[in-house]
Amino acid sequence: MNYHWNWGIFFDLSENGRDTWLALLFHGLGWTLLTALCAGIIALVVGSVVGVVRTTPNRWAVRIGNGYVEIFRNIPLLVQLFLWYFVFPEVIPKGMGDAIKAMHPPWASFVPAVIGLGLFTSARVAEQVRAGIQSLPRGQSMAGTALGLTLPQTYRYVLLPMAYRIILPPMTSEVMNLIKNTSVALTIGLIELTAAARSMQEFTFQVFEAFTAATVIYIVVNLVVVTIMRWVERRVSVPGFIGPAVAGGGH
Amino acid sequence: MGAFDFEVIERSLRYLFFDGMAFTLKLTAMAALGGIFFGTLLAMMRLSSHKWLSRPATAYVNLMRSVPLLLVIFWFYFLVPFIGGWITGSGRPIQVGGFASSVITFIMFEAAYYSEIMRAGIQSIPRGQVWAGYALGLDYWQSMGNIVLPQAFRNMLPILLTQTIILFQDTSLVYVLSITDFLGAASKIAQRDGRLVEMYTFAALVYFVVSIALSYCVKRLQRRIAIVR
Amino acid sequence: MRQSRVFATLAMAALVSAPAFGQALTGTLKKIHDSGTITIGQRDASIPFSYFGKEGSDQSIGYSVDICMKVVDAIKAAIKVPSLKVQFTTVTSATRIPLIANGTIDLECGSTTNNLDRQKQVAFTNTYFVTANRYVAKKSSNIKTLNDLKGKTVVSTSGTTNIKWLTEENAKQNLGMNIVAAKDHPEAFLMVETGRAVAFFMDDILLAGLVATSKAPGDYEIGSEAYSVEPYGAMMPKDDPAFAKVVDDATANLYKSGEINALYEKWFLKPIPPKGITLNVPMSPQLKKALANPTASGDPAVYK
Repeated sequence: MNYHWNWGIFFDLSENGRDTWLALLFHGLGWTLLTALCAGIIALVVGSVVGVVRTTPNRWAVRIGNGYVEIFRNIPLLVQLFLWYFVFPEVIPKGMGDAIKAMHPPWASFVPAVIGLGLFTSARVAEQVRAGIQSLPRGQSMAGTALGLTLPQTYRYVLLPMAYRIILPPMTSEVMNLIKNTSVALTIGLIELTAAARSMQEFTFQVFEAFTAATVIYIVVNLVVVTIMRWVERRVSVPGFIGPAVAGGGH
Repeated sequence: MGAFDFEVIERSLRYLFFDGMAFTLKLTAMAALGGIFFGTLLAMMRLSSHKWLSRPATAYVNLMRSVPLLLVIFWFYFLVPFIGGWITGSGRPIQVGGFASSVITFIMFEAAYYSEIMRAGIQSIPRGQVWAGYALGLDYWQSMGNIVLPQAFRNMLPILLTQTIILFQDTSLVYVLSITDFLGAASKIAQRDGRLVEMYTFAALVYFVVSIALSYCVKRLQRRIAIVR
Repeated sequence: MRQSRVFATLAMAALVSAPAFGQALTGTLKKIHDSGTITIGQRDASIPFSYFGKEGSDQSIGYSVDICMKVVDAIKAAIKVPSLKVQFTTVTSATRIPLIANGTIDLECGSTTNNLDRQKQVAFTNTYFVTANRYVAKKSSNIKTLNDLKGKTVVSTSGTTNIKWLTEENAKQNLGMNIVAAKDHPEAFLMVETGRAVAFFMDDILLAGLVATSKAPGDYEIGSEAYSVEPYGAMMPKDDPAFAKVVDDATANLYKSGEINALYEKWFLKPIPPKGITLNVPMSPQLKKALANPTASGDPAVYK
């Protein structure tokens, strides 16, 4: 095969004349993690609210919550990012749109990526939160009512503390999905890990070295996340409760 | 940008659906069939008592599940010609077009996800049924093929289909290879005519309608299966 | 049964005709002969070199494509397979070199700069166009020199010599530009069109094509300063002298016979699809020189 291996390439100076290729890959990893973190916070907050709303007795609130989840689950993430990046600045008032477009990279890519990924993931979180709450015995919310708690109080003190613990295992895979999904942001110009590997491939033509490095980094991140989440699970677990089985795959 | 221009969508409908959507659907169907086939094999390997079968399968599934699909798409795009050359023993890379490359990528990637579903499906069948099969004189493949797998498929059908809807959405990522799938077609027109708002909104709408219609069908199917079982 | 007999006859014919060659075919020629197919890498938006003439078509047209079809004729004659099938595969700036290197495509007909760096990976045919690296910006943004771009956002296409130059120059001159890599030329141009980037650095002839086909050609200005010389050639696999000889002979004949002038006129001086615009770019002295004495050199100094 006419492929020339060169593993030393990582320590060569990259095109920008300052950093090695290895440094650029880790720079990309930094953006991957930062994007995932910010999007994760949005997803957790919005997803929790929507998830809770879907379990309330108010039928209209439930419908709106369901509609929200359906919209963000049934449009491909890539298309959602395009909507935030290309479409959103054009449909809002021109001055605001121009201001958004004039943002400096990487922020011009980072902000839409965080919003897009955050809301996309929030629909998945909402689904987990709903399943978590609904997996609790009905007696728990009745007990809350019997104690004279208001509905918000019942959620705050009875249902949610249990539900969050129950959904921790499925949330581990959501965290991993989120980190992997940040790679889609390369299509709107964010130089995260996959994009860094790709740019290294384009400049050095060392395709397989670049992709191997990125793959190894993703695997290590995966292991670290799983280890941390396991530790958290053990810390907060409630004896006698196991998580609900939420149907449906995902990446 | 001006007002919303429906005309640009109307003009390009043929291209969008006959070229773009046709590609997307073909890719989804082939990747789903291939992915379920290899996924089932992987699941059987993982559940095997032979370590030299279960370990590689486990490693493969874990590897695929820890890497982003986009990276896998890039990997295979450059790797498949080499693998092909190696398999055919021709000693030099073979030519693989964009479609073949994406089909192979999605089959290999989705196989890992389908295998997790099939593994749960196979494990949901009581071991006693397999032993009963052996007692009747069936071998491994006969008891798998006639007793376990048909039930596993049936139990897992809704989840397999849900995963296929996700696959349908994920095929949009071949955009990065400049392939004319549905999104690729929409973005080509969007860029050529400077009609980003119209084309991307329309693309989002089409993906939404198709996905939601499919998931509605899955829900109905789930109900029917649940009653029969 | 009949099919297998046909096949046997074909196999026989192949066996009989094989010794007809002066010497056994090797490398790419052998592969093309044995498979009966040549795979050509095409671009989808390199106007007017290799681009889709209308939506829905999956075969490109253009100056480079026409040249390559002449080369294909020469290959047909060389391997004595008149019915050679031509298969087109669309490549991007970022994928074209790996795809030639790994053998997916046999010949790339687009707008690829021939330089010494790339010659470590692939081989080039005789140069068929000479262009220069410039930028395009909106007239309203008032950009005159590189210095005006200090601290601004600029874009180029990933995998090109232009973005490589831009990245290096940015570091060398400490310009502090934010460089964005776009997937392809239309996407990069779109960044300027929608105001996300101030300037797009690319080969001037491609910029001219993009501006001419844009919605408002009058809004854009191509910079007056040329930053580098970019000779274009068709790419082919490296270290395959037999194949290179057929391709080089064919292109050299095409250039020296003057046949190339008709092709040049067709794509650069006359209206071209899809919108019937005319680029109106007369042949440069550099290109005239390169065509009179065909060269596949990757050294920019040769073209000055």
